[in-house]
Amino acid sequence: MATITHEEAHTHTHGPELQHQFETPEQQKEAATLGMWAFLVTEIMLFGGIFMAYIAYRWAFPEAWEESAALLNTPLATVNTVVLLVSSLTVALAVNAAEEGKKRRLVTMLVLTIVLGLTFLVIKGYEYSEKFAHCAGAKDPISWITGSDLHESHECLVPGRGFHFPAEHGSASGGHGAAKTATMQSGHQLFFLLYFSATGLHAIHMIIGLGVMTTILVMAVRDRFSPTYFTPVEIGGLYWHLIDIIWVFLFPLFYLV
Amino acid sequence: MSTLSLPQTSYIRDNSRTFTDWLKSWLLTVDHKRIAILYLLAINFFFLLGGLAATLVRVELITPQGDLMSSDVYNRAFTLHGVIMVFFFLIPSIPAVLGNFLVPLMIGARDLAFPRLNLLSWYLYMIGGIFALIAAVFGGVDTGWTFYTPFSSTYSNSNVVMTITGAFIMGFSSILTGLNFIVTIHKMRAPGLTWFRLPLFIWANYATSIIQILATPVLGIALLLVVVERLWGVGIYDPALGGDPLLFQHLFWFYSHPAVYIMILPAMGVISELISTFSRKRIFGYEFIAFSSIAIAILGFLVWGHHMFVSSQSVYAGLVFSFITMLVAIPSAIKVFNWTATLYKGSISYRTPMLYALGFIGLFVIGGLTGIFLGVTAVDLHVTDTYFVVAHFHYVMVGGTIMAYLGGIHFWWPKMTGRMYNETWGGIAALIIFVGFNMTFFPQFILGYLGMPRRYHVYPPEFQILHVMSTAGASILAIGFIVPLIYLGISLRKGAIAGDNPWGATGLEWKTSSPPPTFNFDKTPIVTEEAYAYPPEAAERDAAAWRPGSPL
Repeated sequence: MATITHEEAHTHTHGPELQHQFETPEQQKEAATLGMWAFLVTEIMLFGGIFMAYIAYRWAFPEAWEESAALLNTPLATVNTVVLLVSSLTVALAVNAAEEGKKRRLVTMLVLTIVLGLTFLVIKGYEYSEKFAHCAGAKDPISWITGSDLHESHECLVPGRGFHFPAEHGSASGGHGAAKTATMQSGHQLFFLLYFSATGLHAIHMIIGLGVMTTILVMAVRDRFSPTYFTPVEIGGLYWHLIDIIWVFLFPLFYLV
Repeated sequence: MSTLSLPQTSYIRDNSRTFTDWLKSWLLTVDHKRIAILYLLAINFFFLLGGLAATLVRVELITPQGDLMSSDVYNRAFTLHGVIMVFFFLIPSIPAVLGNFLVPLMIGARDLAFPRLNLLSWYLYMIGGIFALIAAVFGGVDTGWTFYTPFSSTYSNSNVVMTITGAFIMGFSSILTGLNFIVTIHKMRAPGLTWFRLPLFIWANYATSIIQILATPVLGIALLLVVVERLWGVGIYDPALGGDPLLFQHLFWFYSHPAVYIMILPAMGVISELISTFSRKRIFGYEFIAFSSIAIAILGFLVWGHHMFVSSQSVYAGLVFSFITMLVAIPSAIKVFNWTATLYKGSISYRTPMLYALGFIGLFVIGGLTGIFLGVTAVDLHVTDTYFVVAHFHYVMVGGTIMAYLGGIHFWWPKMTGRMYNETWGGIAALIIFVGFNMTFFPQFILGYLGMPRRYHVYPPEFQILHVMSTAGASILAIGFIVPLIYLGISLRKGAIAGDNPWGATGLEWKTSSPPPTFNFDKTPIVTEEAYAYPPEAAERDAAAWRPGSPL
């Protein structure tokens, strides 16, 4: 039986991107794609824990949920949703450009995606800082920094010791007992805790996603891709879409309830 | 395919000149076999550490009074034992060591699909382990390995955050290993190796991997929220702030019940290999064993509530969980019956790995049947949080996983190292472990039934005799674990050269040299027959050729 080492066996049949453990580029690509899908499943399970908590507590405190959601900045979040959905489009176009071997378009689309991703994070950061500014007694983040323009009512929606849900938004005014108020306060706090946990975890994923996109951009600029090899663009795109989809669920669950 | 004349060097050898080069060639390796060895060393270290903590617990329990340590120190000792053994030994043991080494070999691949990810898994495991160790050195944790809230969130002053971070990071190691196996098994099988020609060890690891990638992230988020609650004083699980501690239990057991199948399924895979090889017979009911692994993996996700019968969980939910728990017994029993049927009319040779396999069956039957007791809500109410539970899960997890782990290590030792271990000492150690194990844990069934609660460092004097028996058994068990360390260590230098296939076993891993070359096979093997393709008369021939003193 003739013995050929595997290096000899397929040195000339593929590009340098084929790793030693694979037989063919197709096999490598299928493996990478399947691996990414499996990873996305774990991501969904990771967020699944938070969604489970959301279901349990929303069931326990339906009114608190309704009242709290009203205090989130829905217009900004709507803008953010649009931003993310457009970024999904640019990623899809980037994958298409890579498939067709159009480098310029690929690079443009990747840059656009990164810009949109950053926009999302900036808006999200503004939303967060608004909440923190209210805790500090300021009206908005800018007046928090400049120290002017106090907030009209005492409000602190950041969970923790200082949490204070403004009374005028609560239903506790209409003759409910004090115990009820305390529970309502808890319900509101849980809402904002879940809000910060879920969107915070999502933001962490955005930051990772931006890192992935930047890496792919560098690879694209360095001509690493060809119509026969663009797996990183494809699986990076899958990851980006997942981040978008999670936001598509978070947005109605927190802002539109 | 003859591999004797081939010039490829084994994966253990390298031509590094200096010590630094040699160290780099191991610590930066992407070879699945070397990573398996890295895991082997690390996991055995953690096993000894967990064993040390168990020793402290057992020594304290010799007398009814708390004379060796205070209740607080005792809490930390058993928590350390639990955390280390569960997260850093039992969960990774068989998949990370034997699975890493064998999955590519058994399916005829050069490596796992993502070798660098595999190395990352090892580093994550080590980082997680270091977090847990630091937490232990600086005072330890006193919550029990389950980190139940509100113990872990409101009332504990110990290093909960540190330990949880360790478990969290190790969880990602486990996820990545599972992901790697799934992709490898799907995409990298050698030509001709169809799903129903796969060794059952591969099926078992595939089922395990599914659990790993689906369940582990849920533990991750549950633990992350405990950390958030502790650090920022918010109330996700705190009833005073509207939260619900039961939510933690639900999320925790959604992982931790399937996690016991992460421990036992690969063990069952090992046993299938051993039983078939040392009976010289095809495995009985191949498809049933394969699908029972998948069935256990699926059902395992639906039974977490049986850990919560006495929590405020609804009685109806309890009934449903109880019923599904009974269902798990079916695929488990299918396996046991198939193994016994494989033994029937086989030519059984009592080599060390086979002793472990038979020991496994015995211990698993006891552990599994007592699991049914516990699945019945009425009985469970009586024995909840007693030594009965402790004994049950030690029989399944320790009796199951460790027996298979050691059996597997012995069976594939010649493949991993190229040397044979000392058979006499191997058999003696296996017997010592079996006796020591039963002596340690069987009295605990009685203790638990009589009402001795777990996690107490003092107890009424009438329980002393049983506790002393248990501690004596644990000492025997400890000897049983140390003996293999010695003779396996010696065999590295003095063991007989094993040859490619010392057991005459089927399976692709035996068709390459021992130890295998870096890329496993010189030529991608082509598979034309099913696994365990012992001809029908193999057992008879083997029995006829057998004579006292023969190696097989």
